[in-house]
Amino acid sequence: MTVTPPTVAAETPRRSLRRFRSIKGRETWAGLAMMAPAGILLILFLAIPVILAFTLSFTNARLISPNPPRFVGLDNFVRAFTADPVFLQSAWNTFVFALVVVPVQAGLGLLLAVLVNRRLRGVTAFRVIFFVPVVTSIVVVSILWKFMYQKDGLINSMIDTLTFGAWSGVDWLNNPSTALGAIIVLSIWQAVGFHMIIWLAGLQTIPEELYEAAKMDGASPWRQFTNVTWPGLRPTMVFVLVTITIAALGLFVQVDVMTQGGPMASTSTIVFHAVRKGYEQQEIGYASAISLIFFVAVLLVALIQRRLTREKA
Amino acid sequence: MKRRTIPILATAALTGLLALTGCGQAGQGGAQSADGRTQLTMWTHSAGNPAELKVYDKIIADFNASQDEYEVVNEAFPQGAYNDAIVAAAASGDLPCLLDLDGPIMPNWAWAGYLQPLDLPEELTGSLLPTAVGKWDDKIYSAGYWDAALAIFARKSVLEKNGIRIPTIDQPWTEDEFAAALAALKAGGYDTPIDIGAEDTGEWWPYAYSPFLQSFGGDLIDRSTMLSAKGALNGPEAVAWGEWFQKLFADGYAGNSGTVGNQEFVDDKVGLSYTGVWNALDSLDAVGDDLLILPPPDLGNGPKIGGGSWQWAISSTCPDADGARKYLEFSFQDEYLTAFADNQIVIPSTESAAEASKYFGTDGVLRPFVELSQKFAVPRPETPAYAVISSTFESAAKDIMSGADVKTTLDNAVSEIDANIASNDGYGFK
Repeated sequence: MTVTPPTVAAETPRRSLRRFRSIKGRETWAGLAMMAPAGILLILFLAIPVILAFTLSFTNARLISPNPPRFVGLDNFVRAFTADPVFLQSAWNTFVFALVVVPVQAGLGLLLAVLVNRRLRGVTAFRVIFFVPVVTSIVVVSILWKFMYQKDGLINSMIDTLTFGAWSGVDWLNNPSTALGAIIVLSIWQAVGFHMIIWLAGLQTIPEELYEAAKMDGASPWRQFTNVTWPGLRPTMVFVLVTITIAALGLFVQVDVMTQGGPMASTSTIVFHAVRKGYEQQEIGYASAISLIFFVAVLLVALIQRRLTREKA
Repeated sequence: MKRRTIPILATAALTGLLALTGCGQAGQGGAQSADGRTQLTMWTHSAGNPAELKVYDKIIADFNASQDEYEVVNEAFPQGAYNDAIVAAAASGDLPCLLDLDGPIMPNWAWAGYLQPLDLPEELTGSLLPTAVGKWDDKIYSAGYWDAALAIFARKSVLEKNGIRIPTIDQPWTEDEFAAALAALKAGGYDTPIDIGAEDTGEWWPYAYSPFLQSFGGDLIDRSTMLSAKGALNGPEAVAWGEWFQKLFADGYAGNSGTVGNQEFVDDKVGLSYTGVWNALDSLDAVGDDLLILPPPDLGNGPKIGGGSWQWAISSTCPDADGARKYLEFSFQDEYLTAFADNQIVIPSTESAAEASKYFGTDGVLRPFVELSQKFAVPRPETPAYAVISSTFESAAKDIMSGADVKTTLDNAVSEIDANIASNDGYGFK
């Protein structure tokens, strides 16, 4: 058998094949292949919608229209801040909601976590009870609470019984001064279990020896909490605060199911307003502008929070 | 290495896109059936309504058996997801040949170019109730087998006991008489004398309550131009309506809690119920001969009720519109219209079908609805802006119900509607 010398023509493809077969090349190839599913999904469902929303917010695009969208510059943004009282009201409601929910939910979650972190009989049962609302669909929860908040609902009959008929409660969701409060209470109740679990995870990372040492030094339970528990929870706290804030700013389902933003826009939120404008009234361009404002606001809040809670060197 | 990344990503993206467009191809018309007939796709919103679907199945079976050129293939959607399905299909160019639609949304879809004019014979469309025919830009785009109507349900015995005059279609209650009747019922032991269904949301609000506004002399929009709601929705008549509506709730005559539907009337928890023909049979079963079907009060400009229910249209992308037309013509036989009416309790859209109906014939127990629909029905404004008008009216009326200042609320609603019309270059009305 004679060995034929390789021709030039055969050389070229073989060289590129060799590059594919080299270990580095193969790794790149495998890496890209593994990344592809996630990459495609991210581009399709994250990057493209974001770019689209950004672009649409400078046009007067409609959901259903024979007219092509027209570039309108900053009109949509100007309209939101100067000619749309419901938007301003929604922004204010969202702000109030977050302002109440963030500290109260985080605090209650921590309290519950400390309580269920004890080595007691049946503590798992308590953990489950506190966590049940979290795994129940928020739509179901909202519908149930809507019934409870009715004028002759559970909450009012409870108040009626407890005060021996002296005060029979108000129509919670149909009264502009109580509707947002009612939604705040429900929202805190629903999600507090989730944050309890996260706090709990944080609590369990604190080494037991620290408590033993503290006890030997004669520290009271309160001193143990302020000097051992709280510093140990710092990374957890940052996480909990950021997630609650983002969730609170995105309030939508409870409003959609329970009040539709009413009465008198007292429960309308930024996201709800964007959906109402963009979908019900088909003004996709304007709704994109509202979403963009919302995005910037969330980004700012998250950055500020990050800065305030950063590790000081 | 960099050079190779691009083709790989491009291939991957292309595969993804192909997969997506592959999904989108279903539902398109123009296919052939096994025996070589042209298939006409048809979408209905009646998946949750077996009574209605049964009649459609019968019509389609009869039509398919009657000729060898076309075959209609029906696909039923649940009502809640139906409009979204249509809009999505339109965006991807996959509309079925035949589709049904809720009356007030038709101008929006016709304007957007989803639909083509029906071009059914004039003697057919002329024989239908005016509110069962959908017109946009002087052309007929949709036609329906039935219409719905609202009325006030009452018990004869209750009215007589409380000394309230029983109104007739020729002599409905006046505003004062209506107020006196409510007061008498409240004094007679009803906590909320009338159930107007305010616990419901969505299209019910403009459908049910804008006729009161029209009875006062206002309207949702200036129908002569369709370009502005100014004067119609915030003029003195509209303000009078708002104050009247607000007072209903403030005085405790109507409530907004309870269940959607007519159960409170059936249980005798309310004296009067403002509700639709579709609830009539249940009430009849419960109340029997004592049931009265009364016109709504005359608040100054005669009683008004909403008109316009589900209707049929042909999509603009239908590859064989003649076949679709043939099917629609076939389907408008009295026999089917009567079947719809008696199965679903809706008003048949031709007089002859009504005559043949068990409930809506001259001696039928639900006959008053036919007359109410003929005499008092007002279609909702036929403009693409209706989607905005509808949701704006709903939130304004809800605010008024909750005690908001009437004039300010209506002024805001008007500026919201007008801004929307302006930003859409008048929706083709200029």
